[in-house]
Amino acid sequence: MPHKSKQDEIIICRCEEVTLGEIREWIEKGYDTFDELKRVLRVGMGPCQGRGCRDLVLREISRISGMKISEIPPGRFRPPSKPVKLGVLAKGGDDE
Amino acid sequence: MRETDVMVIGGGPAGLSAAAEAASFGCDVTLVESDLALGGQLIKQTHKFFGSKDERAGTRGFKISELLLEELSGYGNVKTYTNCTATGYYPEDGVVTCVRAEDEYFKIKPKKIVMATGAQERLIPFPNNHLPGVYGAGAVQTLMNVYGVKPGDKVLMVGAGNIGLIVSYQLIQAGVQVAGIVEAMDKVGGYWVHAAKVRRLGVPIYLRHTIVEAIGEQYVTGAVIQEIDERFQPQGERKSLDVDIICMAVGLSPTCELLWQAGCEMVFVPELCGYVAQRDRNMRTSHKDIWVAGDAAGIEEASSAMVEGRIAGVSTARALGRGTHE
Repeated sequence: MPHKSKQDEIIICRCEEVTLGEIREWIEKGYDTFDELKRVLRVGMGPCQGRGCRDLVLREISRISGMKISEIPPGRFRPPSKPVKLGVLAKGGDDE
Repeated sequence: MRETDVMVIGGGPAGLSAAAEAASFGCDVTLVESDLALGGQLIKQTHKFFGSKDERAGTRGFKISELLLEELSGYGNVKTYTNCTATGYYPEDGVVTCVRAEDEYFKIKPKKIVMATGAQERLIPFPNNHLPGVYGAGAVQTLMNVYGVKPGDKVLMVGAGNIGLIVSYQLIQAGVQVAGIVEAMDKVGGYWVHAAKVRRLGVPIYLRHTIVEAIGEQYVTGAVIQEIDERFQPQGERKSLDVDIICMAVGLSPTCELLWQAGCEMVFVPELCGYVAQRDRNMRTSHKDIWVAGDAAGIEEASSAMVEGRIAGVSTARALGRGTHE
């Protein structure tokens, strides 16, 4: 494995500590949508749900693949949009 | 299940304006805000607004927030929840789920929704960007102007748009030294009046420059900047600056998770800084019960957010058959 550069060690997804090097490695293997990278790296699956990293990941996919950002699927958005404690959900919520 | 005529998600300038407008037509309004206080970005804006007097030019941002809250308090038909995040929209039955203060969970079924969820700060990647001391400009403004906390002693500002320029000036007001402002483009993006103010105070603005690295072990102790070429690639001499804060003001992206969840038609518009919901002139999206307003509809500024909020508010009222003041 080649020596890691400083660039490779840049953290892109702070919640899940995914680095630029890891993201580039998987894009080069053909994982060129946000959802595919999410499945292999957990990028965007932390507390912020991709608010910090989604743009950066899409830009990197665009740079490597040559696709325009508008042509790259930005990924699925599912509830909840922020972490919710399981206990709170299990109680079923207040139906006032 | 809770019910409401109009649910407004987000209590910034757009959401407060939408809520006040819908309430003025007699709609029962429920507004949720994820922050501890209403007002959105306005509460940290100590500068006077520009533009037209009709849109409160000449008034400081936090004062505009107070005026909107005063207007809203005049209506008995508005419920507001702070520290309350709308976490999901379920298109099957039109239910919105909310979490309040981490441990209260409730569902609400609104007849109409105004999504005024605002924006999130963009970041740029560079080595050591995870070190404590690297901040978004919004965070720096919150620390200083909302909590009265000085974020550090010496700052590098990244970005010479209005936010970068205004926050630089406010940092100086708070006693923080601004070592420089780097801007990737070949001209200042913000208003000249803001740029002139910081230039007069001796702050260098480095055009066609970017940050290439943060220095530090446990926290930021310096930053390296470098000139960039037409393709934004760093070139030439690296310049080290002795700073303990790196403040990122490199733009915003609309926050639109709930619009995606709702299945609204989304379009990528670079001028609006990302994906936004397709909407008509009344701010109604492709979903017949959902409107959008403010930065969530595309990055502009608080003045346009307030206008969009008013339009969305009156339009929801009209859709509910309440389009005229009695």
